[in-house]
Amino acid sequence: MKAIGIILAGGNNSRMQELSNKRAIAAMPVGGSYRSIDFALSNMSSSHIQTVAVLTQYSARSLNEHLSSSKWWDFGRKQGGLFVFNPTVTVDNSWWYRGTADAMYQNISFLKKRHEPYVIITSGDCVYKMDYNKVLDYHIEKKADITVVCKDMEPGVDVSRFGVVRMNEDARIIEFEEKPMVSRSNTVSAGIYVVRRRQLIEMLERSAAEDRWDFVTDILIRYKNMKQIYGYKMKEYWNNIATVESYYQTNMDFLKPEVRRYFFQEEPKICSKVDDLPPAKYNVGSDVHNSLIASGCIINSKVENSVLFKKVFVGKNCVIRNSIILNDVYIGDNTHIENCIVESRDTLKANTYYCGDNGIKIVYENNERYVL
Amino acid sequence: MIRKEMIAMLLAGGQGSRLGVLTASVAKPAVAFGGKYRIIDFPLSNCINSGIDTVGVLTQYQPLRLNTHIGIGIPWDLDRNNGGVTVLPPYEKSDNSEWYSGTANAIFQNMNYMEGYNPEYVLILSGDHIYKMDYEVMLDFHKENHADVTIATMPVPLSEASRFGIVIADEDKKIMDFEEKPKEPRSNLASMGIYIFSWKVLKEALYAMKDQSGCDFGKHIIPYCHSKGQRLFAYEYNGYWKDVGTLGSYWEANMELIDLIPEFNLYEEYWKIYTKSDIIEPQYLSPESFVERSIIGEGSEIFGEVRNSVVGAGVTIGKGTVVRDSIIMKGAHIGENTYIEKSIIAEGCTIGSNVRLGIGDEAPNKLNASIYSFGLVTIGEDSVVPDNVSIGKNTAISGVTDKGDYPDGNLASGEVIIKAGDVI
Repeated sequence: MKAIGIILAGGNNSRMQELSNKRAIAAMPVGGSYRSIDFALSNMSSSHIQTVAVLTQYSARSLNEHLSSSKWWDFGRKQGGLFVFNPTVTVDNSWWYRGTADAMYQNISFLKKRHEPYVIITSGDCVYKMDYNKVLDYHIEKKADITVVCKDMEPGVDVSRFGVVRMNEDARIIEFEEKPMVSRSNTVSAGIYVVRRRQLIEMLERSAAEDRWDFVTDILIRYKNMKQIYGYKMKEYWNNIATVESYYQTNMDFLKPEVRRYFFQEEPKICSKVDDLPPAKYNVGSDVHNSLIASGCIINSKVENSVLFKKVFVGKNCVIRNSIILNDVYIGDNTHIENCIVESRDTLKANTYYCGDNGIKIVYENNERYVL
Repeated sequence: MIRKEMIAMLLAGGQGSRLGVLTASVAKPAVAFGGKYRIIDFPLSNCINSGIDTVGVLTQYQPLRLNTHIGIGIPWDLDRNNGGVTVLPPYEKSDNSEWYSGTANAIFQNMNYMEGYNPEYVLILSGDHIYKMDYEVMLDFHKENHADVTIATMPVPLSEASRFGIVIADEDKKIMDFEEKPKEPRSNLASMGIYIFSWKVLKEALYAMKDQSGCDFGKHIIPYCHSKGQRLFAYEYNGYWKDVGTLGSYWEANMELIDLIPEFNLYEEYWKIYTKSDIIEPQYLSPESFVERSIIGEGSEIFGEVRNSVVGAGVTIGKGTVVRDSIIMKGAHIGENTYIEKSIIAEGCTIGSNVRLGIGDEAPNKLNASIYSFGLVTIGEDSVVPDNVSIGKNTAISGVTDKGDYPDGNLASGEVIIKAGDVI
C-alpha cells in the first residue's frame, strides 16, 4: 500500500450531551456490535493500509480499552501496525492537542519516519465503508495536492454542523465554509482526506510556525486557492454520529434491510473487538419486533423498533420502544422506555418510566446493581 | 529449560459416529453447540480458566474444521510464546508409521511433545463433553493424595450406572477396583474420561504398553497402573457434565440451555466459554417475527416464528416459517412458510420453502435405528432440501437433494438420503 492512515479520534462535541461524558465520540457504540472507530479502522485494514495512527485526547479511557489489542482489525504486524498517540509532555512541548493540525504536528516524527508517499486522514466518528485506494487513485489522476471526500446530503438536512463545499466542473473545490449558518450547497466534507505525506509535513510545519492548529480552517480553507484541492464524491452510505439526533438516526438506520445488507453481509465486513458473550436468549414473554439484538442479551418482554447492544437484560412486562439501549444495561420488571437512549452500564429499577416526548431522551442512572 | 507444572493432552481425533450425518465431514469435537460454540470450546476454555496454558490437541478424523477453528489459539488466549495450543496429527516415522489406534496410543505417539515441556503432571482430556471444571482443584486433590493417577468421576443414578465405566473407591477415594459397563454395578461413581497422571507414571505405563494394539486409557493403561499397585484416586465432580455422544443427548443438551435458569449457565460472568467468532454483527428480528424460549446467535435474521430452539450465527429464517424444538446451526438458510419440528439442521444447509420437516408417525430408521432415533430429523452439513417436500421422523439427509429424491414429494419416517460424506 502506498499510504499510511491517521484517524482523528480526540474530539468531544457538546451536541452529544451526556453521551460524551463517559467517552470520546470515536468510542460510541454503533449498530449493536460496534464502536464508531471500527468503521474507519476496518476500512483502513480492508484497504490494505498497514500503518495506522489513532490520535486521541478527550476521555480516551474507553477508546484505549477498545484498542488494547490491534488483532481484531488485523493490525499488529511486523510491517506497520496500530499506533495510539495520546498527547504527551516532551522536552519542547507541553500542550494538549490544540486542534487537528496540532495533533498531527505533535506526532510529526511519526509522519517523517514512514516511507509511504501518501497519507489518508479520517475521523473516528463517521459510519461508512470505503476502499481508500479508489480515492487515492483519483487523487493521483487529478494531480491533486489534497483530495477531500464529499457527500451530497439529502435536501432538507441541516448541513450547518459540517464543512460545506462547492466544486467546479472539474471537481476542484472553489468554496469551503466551515459550519456555515446559511449555505448554498448541500455537499459536505466527509472528513476523509488524501494528501501526499511530504506535502502534509510541509503544511503542518508552516501552520505550526504561524500558531495555526486546525486542519480545516488553517490548512484546507487557507490553502484553497493556492493548492489544488479536489473533491471526491462518495455515493454510498455515510453518516456522522456527533449529535444526539444523528447518533440515534444512524443506529436506527441499521433496522433498514439495505443498510444491514451493506454493512453486515457484503464484504468487506466491519471488524470489532470480540467480547466472548453467549448468544442472545429469549425467555417466555419475549416479544421482539423490528429490532437488532446483540450477543449476551436476555429478553423477557416486549421490544419494538429498537437497538439493544451487548449484554442487555430486559425484565418481565417491560416495553422498550423506538429506543437504543447501550452495552450492559439491566432493565428491571414493568419498565417502560420509549424514544430513549439508555447509557451503558445503567441499572434501571423495576417500574421505571422514561419517555422522550419531544425528541430523544438520554437516560443516565447510577443505581447499584445487585449481582445475584 | 522450559518446565510446565501441568500440560493438557486433548483427544479430539474421534469421529463420533453415533452423531450420524452431523459428523460426516467434521470430527465430533468440531460439531456446533449452543448457538455459538463448538464442543471442543468447553475443554479448551476449562484449560485456560484453570491456568493451563499448554495444550496438545490430538486430531485424526476429518481435522480441517478443527484446525481452522483452533488456529493458533487466539480465542482461548492460547497463543503463547512458550506453550500455547499445538495441533498434533498422526505423522510418518522412519519405521512403524501408524494412525492413532487408541487413546493411549495417540498420547504415546506424541511422547516428544510432552518431553519438550518436561511437565510434572499430564492432564488427559477428551473433546466430546459439555461441562465447566476447574482442573486446578483436581490437581490439588491429586497432590494432596500423593496420587499417581487421579480419575475424575461423577455420581450417576445407580440405575444408569451400567452405561458407564464404574470406579469403586474406599472412603479416602482411593480406587479399589473398576468395572466397565457392569450389569450389576457396585458403585455409582462413573469415570468421566478425564485423568491426571504424574508424568513419570504415565511415561512408564505408555512404554510398558506400547505394543498393545489399540492401546486405550480405560481398557489398558488404568488397569496396568492398578495392577502395579500404584496410587489411583477418584476425584468426585458434582457439576453439570453432559456426554453429547448420541443425537438424542446432543439434542437434549442444547434444549437444556433454553430453560429460564439453565443448569448449565452460559451467562455467568465467572468461567467464560471462549470460541472463535467470525460473525459479530447483531441479530435482527423482523416486525412479523416471533421468538420465545430460544437462543439465537449473532448475525441471524429471523422473519418467522422460533420456539424452543437453538439457532446458530448467521442463520436466515424466512417469513411464515415455524421452527420448534430444533437446532439450526451456523449459516443455515430456511425458506418461507416452512414447518420444522424436532430437527437438527447442520451448518450451511439450505432448506426450501413450503417444506415440512419432522411430521407424521415415528418409524425405526432403516439405515441405523440405534443412531437415528428419538424422533429427530437430522440433516448433515451443506445439505440442500428442495421446496415443497415433506420429511418424516427418524430421518437423515446428507448432500444436495432435489425433487427426484423425494417420491411424491415425501420422505417417509425412517428413511434416509445420503449423497455426501462418510456415513455409517
